[in-house]
Amino acid sequence: MIALLIAAPLLGAAVLLVGGRRLDAVGHWIGTLLASASFVIGLVLFADLLGREAEQRTVVQHLFSWIPVAGFQADVAFRLDQLSMTFVLLITGVGSLIHVYSIGYMEHDERRRRFFGYLNLFLAAMLLLVLADNYLLLYFGWEGVGLASYLLIGFWQHKPSAATAAKKAFLVNRVGDMGLSIAIMLMFLTFGSFAFEPVLSQVGDTSEGRLTAIGLMLLLAACGKSAQVPLQSWLGDAMEGPTPVSALIHAATMVTAGVYLIVRSGAIFNAAPDAQLAVTVVGAVTLLFGAVVGCAKDDIKKALAASTMSQIGYMMLAAGLGPLGYVFAIMHLVTHGFFKAGLFLGAGSVMHGMNDEVDMRKYGGLRRYMPVTFVTFGLGYLAIIGFPGLSGFFSKDKIIEAAFAKGGTEGWILGGVALLGAAVTAFYMTRVMLMTFFGEERWRDRAEASGQAAATPHESPGVMTIPMIVLAVGSVFGGAFFSIGDRFLHWLEPVTGHSEGHPPVGAWAVTAATVVCLLIGVAVAWAQYGRRPVPAVAPRGSLLTRAARRDLFQDDFNHVVLVRGGEHLTRSLVYVDHTLVDGVVNGAAASVGGLSGRMRRLQNGFARSYAVSMFGGAALLVAATLLMRAV
Amino acid sequence: MTAQLAAYSTSTGEAVQFWILGTLAVLGALCTVFLKKAVHSALCLAGTMIVLAVFYLANGAYFLGIVQIVVYTGAIMMLFLFVVMLVGVTAADSLKETIKGQRWLALLCGLGFGILLFAGIGHASLKDFEGIGRANANGNVEGLASLIFTRYVFAFELTGVLLITAAVGAMVLTHRQRIGRARTQRELAEQRVREGKHLPPLPAPGVYARHNAVDIAGLLPDGTPSELTVNKTLRERGQIRDVSAEALNDLRALEQRAEERLERTAIEAATFKRPEEASK
Amino acid sequence: MNPVNYLYLAALLFTIGATGVLIRRNAIVLFMCIELMLNACNLALVAFSRMHGNLDGQIVAFFTMVVAAAEVVVGLAIIVSLFRSRHSASVDDASLMKL
Repeated sequence: MIALLIAAPLLGAAVLLVGGRRLDAVGHWIGTLLASASFVIGLVLFADLLGREAEQRTVVQHLFSWIPVAGFQADVAFRLDQLSMTFVLLITGVGSLIHVYSIGYMEHDERRRRFFGYLNLFLAAMLLLVLADNYLLLYFGWEGVGLASYLLIGFWQHKPSAATAAKKAFLVNRVGDMGLSIAIMLMFLTFGSFAFEPVLSQVGDTSEGRLTAIGLMLLLAACGKSAQVPLQSWLGDAMEGPTPVSALIHAATMVTAGVYLIVRSGAIFNAAPDAQLAVTVVGAVTLLFGAVVGCAKDDIKKALAASTMSQIGYMMLAAGLGPLGYVFAIMHLVTHGFFKAGLFLGAGSVMHGMNDEVDMRKYGGLRRYMPVTFVTFGLGYLAIIGFPGLSGFFSKDKIIEAAFAKGGTEGWILGGVALLGAAVTAFYMTRVMLMTFFGEERWRDRAEASGQAAATPHESPGVMTIPMIVLAVGSVFGGAFFSIGDRFLHWLEPVTGHSEGHPPVGAWAVTAATVVCLLIGVAVAWAQYGRRPVPAVAPRGSLLTRAARRDLFQDDFNHVVLVRGGEHLTRSLVYVDHTLVDGVVNGAAASVGGLSGRMRRLQNGFARSYAVSMFGGAALLVAATLLMRAV
Repeated sequence: MTAQLAAYSTSTGEAVQFWILGTLAVLGALCTVFLKKAVHSALCLAGTMIVLAVFYLANGAYFLGIVQIVVYTGAIMMLFLFVVMLVGVTAADSLKETIKGQRWLALLCGLGFGILLFAGIGHASLKDFEGIGRANANGNVEGLASLIFTRYVFAFELTGVLLITAAVGAMVLTHRQRIGRARTQRELAEQRVREGKHLPPLPAPGVYARHNAVDIAGLLPDGTPSELTVNKTLRERGQIRDVSAEALNDLRALEQRAEERLERTAIEAATFKRPEEASK
Repeated sequence: MNPVNYLYLAALLFTIGATGVLIRRNAIVLFMCIELMLNACNLALVAFSRMHGNLDGQIVAFFTMVVAAAEVVVGLAIIVSLFRSRHSASVDDASLMKL
């Protein structure tokens, strides 16, 4: 049954990619059907789990032995527990909705069948990632989603920017993947296994240094996949892919795999406080980084991508807090999956209506022309900024509380950063909202300037709006549904464990501070973009704005430090190789060659010369004989 | 003379013979090595071999002494002379060394080897001097024969095989396979006509019938020798004698005498020189 | 006279022959020198035969002569064919076996 979850989308990918052109007409339906089938199977399994006692909700299905070698046992085994169930529902649910949406969005693309094949491939790989019972199989899924991500970012490979972005994502992910593979090797070295059960149960008997090393390597892997500092640079460029891809892979599911990895390996991090601290630091830094970048971007998808980065920063921060925050990290992950997917789909809908224009400065006043998009996007917006009552409010508030509950100076710093992040989030999301749906209709000016009749933006078709509506419903009620009665906490606690923190200030105070921060952010954004007209050409802006527009110099940093550094390193290595290594080798060869050149003179072809040597040898033999006799 | 001494020594007559003939043998060997012409070398070697044959006889090896003269000196050395005749005198006869350092190395090795050999012989303990008398009691040839056909019979058979192989090998090596049909006189003549040169027979050697030796080139009207008149083999060996200057000087003398007798004034008194030399 | 003198003579002739092999270039003379060396050996063998009082030395000398005869036959055949192909009897001209 668990295997069927993965088999359905895998079958879809195989059929669609192998089937060829004759499936062009029905390909999208096959893909959507199989994704939905997977979702239905997930629901059945969920019902099955709900029917059991909380302690017996872990199902392990051993499929077959993958690499059976003495002392090295890799099995294809699946583990379905509350944590992976959560992910399965999120992946298949959001995945199915986005499949439906893509039917409309990709309608005019002649390679739609292939697109659905890739989407199914992604679903299969992602399910494999979250269902795997050992780290090796998880790694397989991890690489699978990387491949699907690469294929989908570069789906419009005729655009050089898309091809480059795909390569960039792939390369940056490789760095993280190295971390994961090293972590797996270290695990095998330390525990003699890489299945979850033996590894996580033996943590207590292992030295902290080794655990810290494993934890840091896992963190590196999570940074790569989840676009955290310092491996964050690929996510912004990944927006070159079609918008459904951005919604599914680069907002709702794949980029959260890093959070899953850390929560899944919670036992290791709990035993290695240094690694855990590194996780929180990475989360906090990325949170601010993404938020700052998000404030300056005019490209609607890039602004949302920066926001994704920032929100995952929240999750990492929570995951780094240990049992205090695991549950909230996953909860924020799920709610974020809803509202961010909804926001991306809304952005896609806007682009669809605006002839693929992505610059927000050329939007404006769209609420009259795209009412459904406006409402669903607006609900997603309210959810992400944490408007009281909507899902983002519940999950983010819990994370901020947990950050304060960490205690001590650390707690204050982390809590402060989280609060600041909430304010900035409110600012940049309000900015996106205002620039897109309110204000003057700037698209009209542009069309007139280019001498064309203004094409009126139009609402998207039903296949696109229905998923948006469903996701908006999720964004509105998800948080409340999870939080009332601590349902989500009780559901996930048996897997991740949970400890109630003791914040230095009351929970109400934190909530109040959060709301105040959010109102400040909204107010500032209103002051800047709501009351004044938005210039169609971006003003020069402050130093910080300009830096943020360049992604806080992330690419420049990579270029200067990694590319240049790498070039210098290789150049010096080449120099060493040429002079030292080749010098030794060539020198040895030259001296042997020179020596043999001299020796060759002896071989002059004259029989008489050889005869002299022979005669001399005979003389020596006689001498030796005499000498031996004398002795 | 005690028995002990007799065991180590021989008669005085043999001593005299050894010192005289030994000197001759060494001289012959040295001449073999250092004489320039192969023919001379061969003759010197033959002399040395005859001296050795005498030594064999003196040592009681009568059969070997005769064989040495008949087979070695008589057959093998004659074979050498035949080959020398076939091959002729070449530049290889020059004693000038072409390989750098070869001569010095050779002399050094030879000297060192000789000294070592002498030292070895001097060191060797040769106490039991039997004399060949008892072994030769039934006659030298009979003694050899009984050994050859009993103990050494197998080796003897093998030498037969060896000799046959050598004979066949020599034939194979010197046999030249004719690839095409030999050309007839007519064909050769036609070829000459086709090529258009030397239609008549080649000019004969000799100068104005004063010389008829084959190695003297005939002279052209201007006094230069014509190489065509000399055999190709001699030409290749560079063994052409040039007597043109002499012959012309003779002619000149003849003319001068004739003029004196006829009382004509001499036009030119200088001796005649060949044009090339005059131009130098 | 001590019969060891024959051995000294043999050694001297052998050395002269060997040196001749090294010095001369004419293949025929070179062969003659080899014959000289063989003869020197024969002389030593005959002298040994006399010293030891048995005929084995003479037998060996006899075989040496046979082998020398065979060797001369083949060697001279080689010289003749070499001269045919190269128009030279110099051993230095046959020096193609080099780099």
